[in-house]
Amino acid sequence: MTSRPQYDVDARTRPGSGFFGLTFLLAPALTVILLLFGGGLVLGVVQALGYIPGAGQGELSWVHFTGVITDPDFLYSFGLTLYVACVSTCIAAALSIVAALILVSLQSRWIHFIFQIPLTVPHLVVAVAVVFLLAPAGWFSRAAVAIGLIQGTTDFPLLINDNWGLGIILVYVWKEIPFITLMILAVLRHSGEELLDVGRTLKAGAWQRFRHITLPTIFPALGAASLIVFAYTFGAFEVPYLLGRTYPMTLPVWAYKQYSDIDLLARPEGIATGIVIALVITAAVIGAQMLTKAARRRGIVL
Amino acid sequence: MKRSLAGFTGVIVICAVGIPFVPLCLWSFARRWFYPDLYPQAFGLRAWTYITSTAGTQVLTAIGHSVVVAAVTALLAVVIAVPAGRALGLYAFKGKDAVSILLTLPVIVPPLCVAMGLHLWFIRLGLAETLGGVIGVHLTFCLPYAIFVLWGVFSNYNPDFEDQARSLGASRLTVLTRIMLPMILPGISVAALFAFLLSWSQYLSTLIIGGGRLMTLPILLFALMGSGDRPVAAAVSLVFVAPALVVLLFSARYLGTRSLVGVR
Repeated sequence: MTSRPQYDVDARTRPGSGFFGLTFLLAPALTVILLLFGGGLVLGVVQALGYIPGAGQGELSWVHFTGVITDPDFLYSFGLTLYVACVSTCIAAALSIVAALILVSLQSRWIHFIFQIPLTVPHLVVAVAVVFLLAPAGWFSRAAVAIGLIQGTTDFPLLINDNWGLGIILVYVWKEIPFITLMILAVLRHSGEELLDVGRTLKAGAWQRFRHITLPTIFPALGAASLIVFAYTFGAFEVPYLLGRTYPMTLPVWAYKQYSDIDLLARPEGIATGIVIALVITAAVIGAQMLTKAARRRGIVL
Repeated sequence: MKRSLAGFTGVIVICAVGIPFVPLCLWSFARRWFYPDLYPQAFGLRAWTYITSTAGTQVLTAIGHSVVVAAVTALLAVVIAVPAGRALGLYAFKGKDAVSILLTLPVIVPPLCVAMGLHLWFIRLGLAETLGGVIGVHLTFCLPYAIFVLWGVFSNYNPDFEDQARSLGASRLTVLTRIMLPMILPGISVAALFAFLLSWSQYLSTLIIGGGRLMTLPILLFALMGSGDRPVAAAVSLVFVAPALVVLLFSARYLGTRSLVGVR
């Protein structure tokens, strides 16, 4: 995503091209989003409330939602999903800051090019590669045998389908570092050296310059990128499906399992789980934005 | 000092980015590879001949479906996103915040619940298990990305050129094809590439709307991982990555290095 255009302060933005002109420009996009995205969500909520269009089951109730939330496995799944999303996002964000600071000083085109490769590789391929690398009989295990570290598969630590979601986190970190880094780099490239020079003349040390000049400069981009990564990792399916354990499952895997259950009565619960995931993500994004706004109003600039 | 930092960083970046591809390449050319050998005992082209032969029609069908779905999704996304991006990038209007939030909301809401909600409706409409249905659900989250890109493009766009052309007697259509499209062409390509890649790598929404019967590359890859045929799974994975690398080379060649900011 390109950094959000500052339309309200942009001198080029002009007052409307007339109501009809704007309607004409926006109508196709609004129609698709309202019909397919909005419609999908509304139909999802309606089905999760127990109404199956055309099947005569007219009773609306919260029973599926309460069923999901009071399920003893829900908290477990929720915790696991939150843990995987938070840890992946934090590790990726921290490494991205380091990567951006190094890359901005290097200006090397070919390193930059190779660095971008993970952006375009589908998550699923990375997950498959991680299976081939980290499985008990994977490439790392073979390498460990070759150098005499271990005797066989049983000595190799469990790195995929494990309790700590290590394989899942590794895939996300590998995939998301270039994304966050490029968002930061876009800001760093335009920020110039002047502020840092001012810092130097005021005898600010390297850490002070980073903490009080660089970090505040990149924070909006870093925050936005991290939020997008969090939202993605919280709601993503294929990586935990391939690399996670069968119990506990992450929420998206659980939602799909319920949805595709042979027992059709489990289907509304699957959709309800999906809605819960969407609500958690939306709440997290809104909450994070309100927190930053409140902090800024109080003069706390991170 | 700077040179050595560059060299050091280069080595780390190459290793970190390259390592996942090592077992994929080795497995795709392996004929016999038992534990605990680090390299296959025997190399062969079985996996590659399998996926290109008639025995692998499944693979070719999946590639075909993936290409059609991603290409049509990208095309529709760009055609719809250009006017929307123009409205958001060029003009200030009442309710702009609401419109922009609505149009970018699908970026954070996972496709999972939208696909589940749409499924029953698509069954009624006869769109379930069809390419059209899958394109429809992919469009819901590819379109917002395309809009985002073109919004950025149009906020740096100077419409005065259009007025000049108009004052010289150019028709609306001429202005569109000779002024606007050439000026935003790089942005259009980036938006189309984003949308293509996003649709190309989509798994769950295809699975739900396609009912598991409509084969695309990710669906096939999951099936192969389940069946345990590692050489073929590795070869299909490499095919799955191929357009991504083409896109990257293309963008590095034609669009400069900053162009890929935001691909997911």
